[in-house]
Amino acid sequence: MTSKFHIQDLSVYFHGINVIQHLSLQIPDKEILGIIGPASSGKTTFLRVLNRMNELEQGSRVEGRVLMDGEDIYRSECDPVKLRKRVGMVFALPVPLPMSIYDNIVYGPTLAGASNRHRLDELVEKSLKDAFLWEEVKDRLKTSGLRLSGGQQQRLCLARVLAMQPEVILLDEPCSGLDPISTTKIEEALTKLKQDYTIILVTNNTKQAARISDNTAFFLMGQLIEIGPTDRIFTAPREKTTNDYVTGRFG
Amino acid sequence: MRIPPRFTQHGAIALLGGGTLVTVIILVFIVVFVLEKGLPVLSLSFLFSNPEEMGRAGGIFPTLIGTIVLPLLAILIATPLGLGTSVYLTEYTRESRITKVIRFGTDCLAGIPSIIFGLFGFIFFVTTLGMGWSILSGGLTLAFMILPTIIRTSEEAIKAVPKSYRDVSFSLGATRWQTVRRVILPNALPGILTGVMLGIGRSIGETAAVIFTAGSSLRLPSSIFDSTRTMAVHFYILAREGISSENAYGTAAALIIAVLLVNLTAYWLMHWFISRRS
Repeated sequence: MTSKFHIQDLSVYFHGINVIQHLSLQIPDKEILGIIGPASSGKTTFLRVLNRMNELEQGSRVEGRVLMDGEDIYRSECDPVKLRKRVGMVFALPVPLPMSIYDNIVYGPTLAGASNRHRLDELVEKSLKDAFLWEEVKDRLKTSGLRLSGGQQQRLCLARVLAMQPEVILLDEPCSGLDPISTTKIEEALTKLKQDYTIILVTNNTKQAARISDNTAFFLMGQLIEIGPTDRIFTAPREKTTNDYVTGRFG
Repeated sequence: MRIPPRFTQHGAIALLGGGTLVTVIILVFIVVFVLEKGLPVLSLSFLFSNPEEMGRAGGIFPTLIGTIVLPLLAILIATPLGLGTSVYLTEYTRESRITKVIRFGTDCLAGIPSIIFGLFGFIFFVTTLGMGWSILSGGLTLAFMILPTIIRTSEEAIKAVPKSYRDVSFSLGATRWQTVRRVILPNALPGILTGVMLGIGRSIGETAAVIFTAGSSLRLPSSIFDSTRTMAVHFYILAREGISSENAYGTAAALIIAVLLVNLTAYWLMHWFISRRS
C-alpha cells in the first residue's frame, strides 16, 4: 500500500481559533477514505486543507506538513492553482455554474487551455459516463445545468471534476441533500472510480462510509480519534467515542 | 390598545399601494404634460435640421448629436474605470481600513452636486489642461460625475454573485482573473448594465456640468475638440432666455423619448442576456 498523502502534525486556525489540532495520518493511494464525525469536528476544514481552499478565507492559518506524493503542498513554490487541478472537489450542495451542461464539464479543461473540439466532446462523454449521468443528459448537453434535478446536478459536479483528470477527488458530504436513488448512483460511481483515483469522502451518513469506504477515520472536535480499515472501525473500534458514534449513541 | 392585525394589514396595503399610485400618477403627469406641449413641435425636420436665430426657429440637429456623443464618451471612459475599480475592491482586496476609506470616498463623490464637477472640469480640463470648451472636457467631467454610481452598482452586482460559484471555479483550478472573467462578470452583467444605464441617464439630463465644460455652441461639432450643446442644455437656454417656449418643449419631448429609448434598449438587452444564459 502506497500513500497518496502523508500528513504530519497538522493544525489549522481560523481567526486564532484552533479548528484542527496536531493531526497526523496517511491516506492510501487509489482507495476510498471515509471521514465521519459530528458537526464542527473539522472534517470539511481538513478536506479543504488538501486542495488549499482554506486560504481563500480570511484569517486562516495552516501549520504542519502535508505531503502529496512526498512533496509538501504548502511549500512556497507550490502553485495552489496547479494543485487544485490535481485535487478536485465536490461540494455539499450541488453547484452547477449557470451555463450549459457541456460548458460546465469543459470549464476546468478549457481554463487549462484545452480547445480541440473533438477531444472536448470525447472528454464530456467519458466524464458523464463515469459519473453515471450520460444516459440521462446525452440529448440535451446544451441546456443549462441549472435545469437538472438535485441528484443529477451533483453527478454533473462529479463529472466536472472527473473532466480535469485529477489524481484525487475530495467529496464534502456529496449526498447530504439527495434522495436514496441518486445517492446509490453516486456511490456506484465512486466505487468504480477508486480504481483510478484516490477518493476522500466526508460524510454525515455513517452507513455510507460503512458501505463504500476502504478505510474510515473518525474526527471529533478537531482531532483524529481513530483511523483504520472500515470493517474494524465499525465492528471493533478501539476508542469508546468511536464506538458510541458509529452505533448512533451520540452525534 | 393593540390594533387588530386585520386592520394593520389593510392599513399597510392602503399605505403602500397609495404611495405607489402617487408615484405612478406623478410620473405619468410629467410625461403627458411635456409630450402634450412638445409633440406638436416634434417632427423629423425638427430633429434633423439646423437651428436658426439661436433656436427660435429651425431644428435641433446639432444638440441631438451632442446628446449622443457626450454621454457616449462619458460612458466609454467611466465604465472600464468604474468596473475595474469595483472588481479590484471586491475580488482582489480583503475588507480593510483602506477599502472602507475608498468606499466612503466614492459615496461622498456620488453626493457632490453636479455643478461642483462642472467647476472642477472647467478649472482642470478646460483651462489648466487647455482643452477648452469641448466634447472631450465635457465627456471627461461627466465620466467623473457618474463614476461613483457605476462603481457602487457594479460592486453590489458583483457581491450578489454567490460565493459558491467562486469556490467551484477556484476548486476547478481557475486563477482569480479566470474566475472574474468567466464566472463573476457574466453573472454580474445585468446589475452592471443597470449602473451604466443610470450613468447614461444622468449624463443625458445633465446641464450645469455640461455648460461649464462642453460649452453651449450651437454649431455641429466636427471633432471631440469642438464645443457642443446637448438637448438638456438647449432646453435650459431656450426656456431661461425666453427664446422660444415651443421649441423648448419640442426639445424636452425629444429628450424624454431619447431617455425612454435608452431604457427600453437596456431592458431588452438585459432580458436577452438573461434568457440566453438559462
